[in-house]
Amino acid sequence: MKKLLLGTLGVLLTIGAHAKLNVVATTPDLASVAKEIGGDRIELTTLARPTEDPHFVDAKPSFIVKLNKADVLIHGGADLEVGWLPKLIEQARNAQIVSAAKGEVRCCDGVKMLEVPPELDRSKGDIHAGGNPHFMVDPENAKIVAHHIADAFAKLDAANQAFYLTNSAKFMVALETKLGEWQAKLAPFKGQQIVAYHNSWTYFAHRFGLKIELFLEPKPGIPPSPSHLADVIAKMKERQARVIIVDPYLSRKTAETVARSTGATVMDVAQMPGGVKGTEGGYIALMDYLVNSLAKSLAEKK
Amino acid sequence: MTVGVSALVLGATATQAQDTNQLNALQRQLEQMQSNFDRVVREQQAQIEALKKQIATMNEPGRLPVAATETVAPSATAASASPEKSWSPTDPIRIGKGSAYADIGLVATFAAGGSTADDIEGGAQLGGHDPNQNGFTIQGVELNLQGAVDPYLRANVNVLFSVDSEGETFTELEEAWMETVALPWNLQLRAGQILSDFGRVNTQHPHSWGFVDSPLVNARLLGPDGLRNPGAKLGWLLPTSFFSELSLGIQNSQGETAASFRSAGHSHGDEEEEVPFGYRHADNDRGVNGVGDMLFTPRLATSFELTDQQTLVLGASGAFGPNNSGSGGDTVTQIYGVDVYWKWKPANAHGGFPFVSFQTEAMLRRYELGTFDWQEEADAGETPIIDEATGLPAVLANETVTDYGFYSQLLYGFRKGWVAGLRVDYVNGEEGDYEKMDLTFDGESLGRDPQREERWRISPNLTWYPSEFSKVRLQYNYDDRREEGVDHSVWLQFEFLLGAHAAHKF
Repeated sequence: MKKLLLGTLGVLLTIGAHAKLNVVATTPDLASVAKEIGGDRIELTTLARPTEDPHFVDAKPSFIVKLNKADVLIHGGADLEVGWLPKLIEQARNAQIVSAAKGEVRCCDGVKMLEVPPELDRSKGDIHAGGNPHFMVDPENAKIVAHHIADAFAKLDAANQAFYLTNSAKFMVALETKLGEWQAKLAPFKGQQIVAYHNSWTYFAHRFGLKIELFLEPKPGIPPSPSHLADVIAKMKERQARVIIVDPYLSRKTAETVARSTGATVMDVAQMPGGVKGTEGGYIALMDYLVNSLAKSLAEKK
Repeated sequence: MTVGVSALVLGATATQAQDTNQLNALQRQLEQMQSNFDRVVREQQAQIEALKKQIATMNEPGRLPVAATETVAPSATAASASPEKSWSPTDPIRIGKGSAYADIGLVATFAAGGSTADDIEGGAQLGGHDPNQNGFTIQGVELNLQGAVDPYLRANVNVLFSVDSEGETFTELEEAWMETVALPWNLQLRAGQILSDFGRVNTQHPHSWGFVDSPLVNARLLGPDGLRNPGAKLGWLLPTSFFSELSLGIQNSQGETAASFRSAGHSHGDEEEEVPFGYRHADNDRGVNGVGDMLFTPRLATSFELTDQQTLVLGASGAFGPNNSGSGGDTVTQIYGVDVYWKWKPANAHGGFPFVSFQTEAMLRRYELGTFDWQEEADAGETPIIDEATGLPAVLANETVTDYGFYSQLLYGFRKGWVAGLRVDYVNGEEGDYEKMDLTFDGESLGRDPQREERWRISPNLTWYPSEFSKVRLQYNYDDRREEGVDHSVWLQFEFLLGAHAAHKF
């Protein structure tokens, strides 16, 4: 009986067995969540590199080939990739991944978007109609993304459904546990001012009770001007902001200049796993790095 | 055996029900976790405990029967797929992505400057949207609409408004096409008013060019307004590991946007005073009597990632169709082109900078000139071209003339928002038999055809993008035409963009 059951199970599995799900993620943060859930049962391709400005990725023709073969496309959906993804999808000839298709995972669905502009006005810089698209640095949002991804994987690859859902649950539990840890680590610094180059840390600040309101860019996408930097320096002194965070693709030099006149430290940060050394392990490794280094920098400067 | 199978089925059903319950419970927990961001920690803690228990009770992954699929998480999708507020026709149209059924964008491009040439429009500046006079030029105000038509089609429309050098307002339908979302066998069909898929510059709208004006070889061999006409294009994405696409366009072959084909003769500017191309009129329009009278444009494009930071695109194009040169003969035109594009961008580029790109296109045209007898024009009262060998209106024979040329351009985005560029243009034509004849027009000796003579141009420029949505560009042209000599032109281009900015093709 047991043998028969195993044998039949084997047949069932063989019927269910097929090529691995071919998954394309636009950015490494989304890819790392996909990897947590899909493990080695998916074929995963990431389009943007971790050190690259995700707003400005080249729509390389090789991406068309990757999207053409994709079963699943995981993208932010909040206009982060608007400058390059639509043209690629148009040429990919893949009905599976177009808007609202089965294989399209629009990660921002269900995320409470912050900084949704009350009116669209580009004199305020390159603002996104749908709100600030850098939502992944809030672990609560990573959970939502994990849910979307697991949902899509489970639907498209029923044979591995339990595997995906288990992994998703494990990941969420890990996130939940870690979130408590992270919040505890940053709790002593509640309300502290941190300076960023570009306004991509709203969700992080919101989750951890930090204030990231001063930016080296005068407006999103507009390069820093001397007068604006002078203003930032004055405000930093006034608000006792002592840490400047800089993404790998932004000018560290500008940040260092400001740091010199304010006695602040410049800290390398990234939104993408692998964007800073030591964060290659994935989303949790990245958040670990961000929280630990930030706590360290803030503690040193106290 | 039967008993065994029944038992198995029962067993499987029981397992299935149990697992389904577990999954549903898990699902509910997850949803709750997601929706309640700001609930207190103890509630989340309870959820974690529940989750942990469930995971502990779950066995080996992958043992779930296939039939359980449908029971999973439809509610989650429904809950998550609710955008904040959908647009209704009574709402004001907001320009931007996703707030209306079509994305609306407008690009307005202007130029100011001057040239030492006394034949700027159509002479020094061949392109239809080039700066065309000393002072200001409206290069074009282009309205773009695009979006999904329905689940099967998407569409794109570009309408250009402008005012010509005489102050006359005009409109051009640059593009208006629909395209399939996904046909079988990796095919894609585009139909409507389309830019012919020939090389690189021809399919780009002027605002995405790296220079103020059209390359000479494009304007001379494809036409001042490029090659575009109503028609259809079928593209096939080849099953190769690298990008390769084979396409074939079929379009109407007539009109001024098919200048090397059944066009009304491609002289520019003050057409009245100029000697026509090939020193003969284009009166030989045979109309369309079969598929062979259409314009065919095959193209093969491939792309390779040389390194993580370097991309290469190679293409080969053709354009074949009848022309209406002269007054007799089954005259045809063939244009061949190759193009290369290479781009380097480092892994930590910011806002797309820095970068270096190199682009070149070379073309060759074989144009069959039809027979033409100037006596008939003389009889009709027109001033004829005279053959000095006989002293009579010239009788021009059928012949095929060859023209060729290339441009190469290097762009260097050296810091965010700043691009330095250098372009070299070269065009030439092999001297035809008609040019070797001793022809005069209005007493003046003709010699080389001005639309086929050798010409060099070197254009350095500097572009500043204050943001993605505006640009200012200063360009100098050193222009050496064999007959007319050297001319210098300086153009300051300025451009703004309102509304949606469509993503650019690589």
